[in-house]
Amino acid sequence: MITYEKLVQMSLEQRAILEERLLKEDKIEIKDGFIVLKGDYYKEQIRIALKNCGIIDPGNIEEYIALDGYKSLARALIEETPIKIIEQISESNLRGRGGAGFPTGRKWNEAYKTLSDQKYFICNADEGDPGAFMDRSILENDPHSVLEGMAIGGYAIGSNQGYIYVRAEYPMAVKKLRIAIKQAKEYGLLGDNILGTGFNFDIELRLGSGAFVCGEGTALIESIEGKRGMPRNKKARTSHKGLYQQPTILNNVETIACVPVILQRGTEWFKNIGTEKSTGTKVFALVGKVEKAGLVEVPMGMPLRNIINDIGGGVQDGKALKAVQTGGPSGGCIPVSLMDTPVDFESLDKIGSIIGSGGMVVMDENTCMVDIARFFLEFTVDESCGKCTPCRVGNKRMLEILTMITNGTAELHHIEDLKEIAEVIAETSLCGLGQTAPNPVLSTLNYFYDEYLTHVKDKKCPAGVCQALITYSIDEKCIGCTKCVKVCPTSCISGNKKEQHEIDQNLCVVCGACFEICPVSAIRKG
Amino acid sequence: MDFKFDIEKNMEKVRCLETFIEKNRQVPGVLIPVLQEAQGLFGYLAREVMEIIARGLDVPVSKVFGVATYYTQFTFMPKGENDISICLGTACYVKGAQEILEEVQNILGIKDGETTPDLKFSITSTRCVGDCSLAPVVLVNDDIYPNVNKKEVKDIIAKYKVEVECYDHL
Ligand SMILES: Cc1cc2nc3c(=O)[nH]c(=O)nc-3n(C[C@H](O)[C@H](O)[C@H](O)COP(=O)(O)O)c2cc1C
Ligand code: SF4
Ligand code: SF4
Ligand code: SF4
Ligand code: FES
Repeated sequence: MITYEKLVQMSLEQRAILEERLLKEDKIEIKDGFIVLKGDYYKEQIRIALKNCGIIDPGNIEEYIALDGYKSLARALIEETPIKIIEQISESNLRGRGGAGFPTGRKWNEAYKTLSDQKYFICNADEGDPGAFMDRSILENDPHSVLEGMAIGGYAIGSNQGYIYVRAEYPMAVKKLRIAIKQAKEYGLLGDNILGTGFNFDIELRLGSGAFVCGEGTALIESIEGKRGMPRNKKARTSHKGLYQQPTILNNVETIACVPVILQRGTEWFKNIGTEKSTGTKVFALVGKVEKAGLVEVPMGMPLRNIINDIGGGVQDGKALKAVQTGGPSGGCIPVSLMDTPVDFESLDKIGSIIGSGGMVVMDENTCMVDIARFFLEFTVDESCGKCTPCRVGNKRMLEILTMITNGTAELHHIEDLKEIAEVIAETSLCGLGQTAPNPVLSTLNYFYDEYLTHVKDKKCPAGVCQALITYSIDEKCIGCTKCVKVCPTSCISGNKKEQHEIDQNLCVVCGACFEICPVSAIRKG
Repeated sequence: MDFKFDIEKNMEKVRCLETFIEKNRQVPGVLIPVLQEAQGLFGYLAREVMEIIARGLDVPVSKVFGVATYYTQFTFMPKGENDISICLGTACYVKGAQEILEEVQNILGIKDGETTPDLKFSITSTRCVGDCSLAPVVLVNDDIYPNVNKKEVKDIIAKYKVEVECYDHL
């Protein structure tokens, strides 16, 4: 078994070997004694949760140890009492990265104070927001940071059993975690009598089975217990009565990955990053119509514009930015006029969105905001567990209305209906899924009301997305090459060779074939 | 479409499953891992298989059905030899994944969630496979196709058709 001294020595030796390898690969530079990735993409980033991603070999525990891995755990077990650890986490003001932003230290303290023979520490790796993949990246590229963070958490609250609930779609993460757990046990950093201190902590993996609502704490617990993963009626907090009715802490992957780094570098250092109320960094999955899509970890409070332009390189293909969606199905669409909003818990909340788990989807002029609202509602309706009526029925009604709007059969009063139903769902649903489901609709109604009106009144989709509202027409750029005539399945394009052609709107089935083939972009969509 | 589960032909796998159940039946909350094991073995959950599980764990069949039908990962119909999954997560959706799904459906003549009658192909849409920076993403079995556009779909499917034909001639 490894001791603290041996861990420190191994770290020194391995660090030299790792540095040599990395410098040879020319991927990194050394900044203030820390290894960071090289290149413009990383310049504005501060990496805490992702600090080892892309740097170490996740299958080799010694590379993790080389970068101070397991030192925080060792020091906690040897030098600190559980309450001291909790105080440090509270002091750092670390807030949950899984969606709600709840203060981690306060939560741990609840579980710590609740006396019980058996407590559980669960890592929520269900990563349900479609479009976010930071948890996957951490699990696959730096699994030991999660194991170490969990062991520290377990020690702090007095638990010796951990679970990681991993999304079914992430088989590679499961594989990497299995290897990491095995290695950590071999080194005496997990399992019985960790580092000879008498502290035991074991971690079991549980695979999700494809239900978004299982990311919600109580539903996840039901699922681990082998049941239909439906949220519980919350009479008790999970920190008092959670898994098998025992005190249970549930934290997100990214939250947990921050823990060892905070203890290693100190709460002051962490608090100096970010804003007063939202300390530290947040990882965002910058995706959609952005030039350089990928994961970015930035200090809380960085304006949206900087993230999208300076790091992401702006919108793809020189198109105009229209909106940014944050927070996934629980979040909202932020219009271009609000791009200077700092990204932290409070600021996004104020403008009707949330940080959520960190999805950041860039949308350009070709994205229809009504269609996006419909897309998210469809997701919610699919994923609603059906336990409570407002969510089960209300979201269906909203989806019906949105579908009518996108296919041109809605009337003006339907927009008012939407708002009313949304309010009721938000106020009366049992769990977070229902409570936040109306957000994508409300935020688009708020910022893109005109686009809704154009759909309802003029029966047009300005972005050219809603199939039923699209028409194709040929303008004067037409050179009469007849290419479109040949691909039209309903033979509804006519005209003389070398003259402007025309589409018979009564016969056109809006298949778009002519639009795609026209060599001079003479066919207009809208 | 109806598929018949042939218990005789699958006897070896059934034994595997029974051993797994026997070994783990004391583990709390084991029903879901058992269902996952079963789906891994047979590719889907036939009624007969769920009955075996119910017996093995000594729980009502209704409980097994109830849990299995709750989670979208479990299927009750065999998948095709080649399972084409199209990501319809947000990142892929805004980059045109819907169009790609429609194209696949047109080419194969089946809808999302169905299997071709010859059992060669099935279509399963998913919600994010965690490769969002490569959107839109299509997975065929374990092969990942990044940044797919509508025109490439035909070629992607053709690859698997050829393989299947060669396989048949052997
Ligand atoms: C419908 C729904 C889905 C959720 N999905 C996730 C998820 O995939 N991952 C996650 O960490 N938290 C998710 N959460 C938030 C969790 O309920 C919980 O707040 C979080 O895991 C706590 O960890 P944290 O304090 O470290 O953020 C979800 C919540 C709801 C209501
Ligand atoms: S709000 Fe929706 S997902 Fe949550 S318990 Fe009610 S029906 Fe289930
Ligand atoms: S959209 Fe299709 S049907 Fe309509 S004119 Fe063009 S090719 Fe013909
Ligand atoms: S393909 Fe374009 S240029 Fe050629 S006839 Fe049609 S509209 Fe005119
Ligand atoms: S949204 Fe398609 S991979 Fe994430």
